[in-house]
Amino acid sequence: MSKTIKINKGLDIKLFGESQKIITSVDSKKYALKPTDFNAVFPKLLVKEGDEVKAGTKVFFDKYRNNIVFTSPVSGKITEIVRGPKRVLQEIRIDSHPEISYIDFGVGNPNDLKREEIIKKLLESGVWPMIRQRPYSIIADPDDKPKAIFISAFDSAPLAPDYDLIVHGKGDVFQTGLDALIKLTNGKVHLNLNKSNIVSKVFSKSKGVQINYFEGPHPTGNVSTQINKIDPINKGDVIWYVNPQDILTIGRLFLEGKYNASKILALTGSEVKNPKYFKTTSCCCISELVKNNVKEGNLRYISGNVLSGTQIKSDGYVGFYDSQITVIPEGDYYEFFGWAFPGLHKFSFYRSFISWMTPKKKYRLDTNIHGGERAFVMTGQFEKVFPLDIYPMQLIKAIMVEDIDQMENLGIFEVDEEDFALCEYISTSKIEIQSIVRQGLELMRKEMS
Amino acid sequence: MKNLRNLIDKIKPNFEKGGKLHMFYSTFEAFESFLFVSNEVTSKGSHIRDNIDMKRTMSVVVIALVPALLFGMWNVGYQHFLSLGEEVTILIAFWYGFLKVLPLIIVSYVVGLGIEFAFAQIRGHAVNEGFLVSGILIPMIVPPDIPLWMLAVATAFAVVIGKEVFGGTGMNILNPALTARAFLFFAYPQDMSGGKVWISEKLDAYSGETPLGDALVGNFDNLPSTLQMFIGDIPGSVGETSVIAIILGAFILLFTGVGSWRIMLSVVIGGLFMGFLFNLVAVNEYMRLPAWEHLMLGGFAFGAVFMATDPVTASQTTKGKYIYGFLIGLIAVLIRVVNPAYPEGMMLAILLMNVFAPLIDFYIIDANVKRRKKRATIIINQSNIINQK
Repeated sequence: MSKTIKINKGLDIKLFGESQKIITSVDSKKYALKPTDFNAVFPKLLVKEGDEVKAGTKVFFDKYRNNIVFTSPVSGKITEIVRGPKRVLQEIRIDSHPEISYIDFGVGNPNDLKREEIIKKLLESGVWPMIRQRPYSIIADPDDKPKAIFISAFDSAPLAPDYDLIVHGKGDVFQTGLDALIKLTNGKVHLNLNKSNIVSKVFSKSKGVQINYFEGPHPTGNVSTQINKIDPINKGDVIWYVNPQDILTIGRLFLEGKYNASKILALTGSEVKNPKYFKTTSCCCISELVKNNVKEGNLRYISGNVLSGTQIKSDGYVGFYDSQITVIPEGDYYEFFGWAFPGLHKFSFYRSFISWMTPKKKYRLDTNIHGGERAFVMTGQFEKVFPLDIYPMQLIKAIMVEDIDQMENLGIFEVDEEDFALCEYISTSKIEIQSIVRQGLELMRKEMS
Repeated sequence: MKNLRNLIDKIKPNFEKGGKLHMFYSTFEAFESFLFVSNEVTSKGSHIRDNIDMKRTMSVVVIALVPALLFGMWNVGYQHFLSLGEEVTILIAFWYGFLKVLPLIIVSYVVGLGIEFAFAQIRGHAVNEGFLVSGILIPMIVPPDIPLWMLAVATAFAVVIGKEVFGGTGMNILNPALTARAFLFFAYPQDMSGGKVWISEKLDAYSGETPLGDALVGNFDNLPSTLQMFIGDIPGSVGETSVIAIILGAFILLFTGVGSWRIMLSVVIGGLFMGFLFNLVAVNEYMRLPAWEHLMLGGFAFGAVFMATDPVTASQTTKGKYIYGFLIGLIAVLIRVVNPAYPEGMMLAILLMNVFAPLIDFYIIDANVKRRKKRATIIINQSNIINQK
């Protein structure tokens, strides 16, 4: 039985630079694992510069949870270990071999394996970090028994990659990945699809899972929104969630017996000359993708989407969880009386700008903040783009004053920073909400452990 | 434009840390950001940001106030010449009113913004734009002949005691403009009420009572026609007499979404409700006044549109806004009709509900908290039952 859940609150920001549905193969030589991609992981290195690794060789592990290891996506040589301020480990760079050689983890049908065997295989191959949990959006704890597993099979963020295209023709692999996940929980595995888009048969014919349909603007595709509407998180509950593309990797682990991190990435954004999809491998350097393919000017490269992605350099590396690269212009210019003009060509959530007359228009948005940070003044705005049954502003204020009880009461266990990205986008007071929420989640995690 | 930008860039170092004029940094920043939207780019969180900012939002409110303000200027002149028995053109009446009202606006802005700039500098944050609205609201809710020093004292009181002691913009409990009005009302009652103050430099022989003043003492025959009250060519505070100009402003606020329609609607419903209730009892003349006429009298419309909707001091939750607004309307009419000491209840009703708004929000949010806790206990109970089986 599948049901449709309609969501009204939210906002679709229409941008130029959607990827054409063409997939090109690209050979990247440079890769990097970035420990900063993983919330609450304290990395301990297992390799040093100059070491040779295979795809699946352990590179580092988490000091606090020794069994969670991170492995190389390709075979090659560790060229550089980059540390930031206070010697924080930032990147482990790997130059790949022309032919990738893999560590053999052994093939196996998840249906014939026990839960413990599946977990062991996922852990030792370094695929486990793909499974994350709410609350706190950290890597799942293998000792937990989640009450459900959620898979959002569509991304509703601006210029988001089309997962239908990414999984196309990979039904067996996807189903194998799902079979493994099904074994991990006693509850349901929810596969959430987009009602208003073409849904790939790979998704709609999936077996052993609960299929739900969702309809509405961003953040409908966010897993928190879906959890809140289907099976909300209460104190003490744990829900796991996985990206569709990562389920393919899990499937390949069981079918091929190796950590095959190949991935399809969408190159998007108004400043990309030819936005399209690239077949490459997880954690690759973007320089091959953007070479001769971006416009002139001062540009911002983002691993992920414009709302919750991470800024990287033009020769930076794609994040572990990201399937999208966005390139937009920087906004480092002064605008004479910029706040005063009618604003026909300025996109806004608000009708204070007369661009409300052209709702279907697409925009080329830059990174200018368009104003200074102010105290909270306006009310009732965040609620319009926040579909969860939570009071967003009150929760943000509770986090700012570090009121643990109130944070818990107001639902911090149910959210992730990405859920507040639209609130941050529309904030009249220009408050950095996502980093406030991340601080709150970290504080809560430390208090609860 | 480019030259101006270059000039600003040239003098900017003087105001930055270590510069000679660093003590005026907040003031400099306020003027710079007024002229040019900053070149600052996002460094964390969302990479793109909406074009909206506080200046834009506040200027929408100021624009919404313009019809009532312009009408008010004309009306000040019109009432003045009417009381003298002279007939003049619209332009002359407007010019008289303009010269009367402009000093009020200047005093209010200079005093208020001066204090705001100083506090921003001391506290080390940017100047908040909230006073752009308060600074124009204050002259609009005072009698036209108010001595300027009185206005200055009231404005300073409102900004310091009403706002800054609570932590500044966004933290205040009471509406600053109404705080100024209330201060004047209680500190200098003889200048704020009665039949003398509402018409600028009028002849003593001419009755200058506002409709509310007449209603209070039972002079219902003196009440102007409904049409007059709707248009607003009657004595009163500078900007609050014309219902039609206020409706025009309300339309701007509602369309842009800057003002809360929930609050405006529920204030009106609350006022009508109380009015009808009095109509049912109807033991005196005032109670027999048709409920809808209350909406046109005095500052009801102005308060509903521009005062009750102040987002900082109003209820912040969606459901809370309905309760907050309804009670404002209800209490305003209640005070008018029942309390013989105060002709107008709107100011006190809004200030009272400002105080109670956090309490309303508390219960609304508490319901959400309880719902979440209940959800958790149901599941725990279910799992207990399953375990027992």
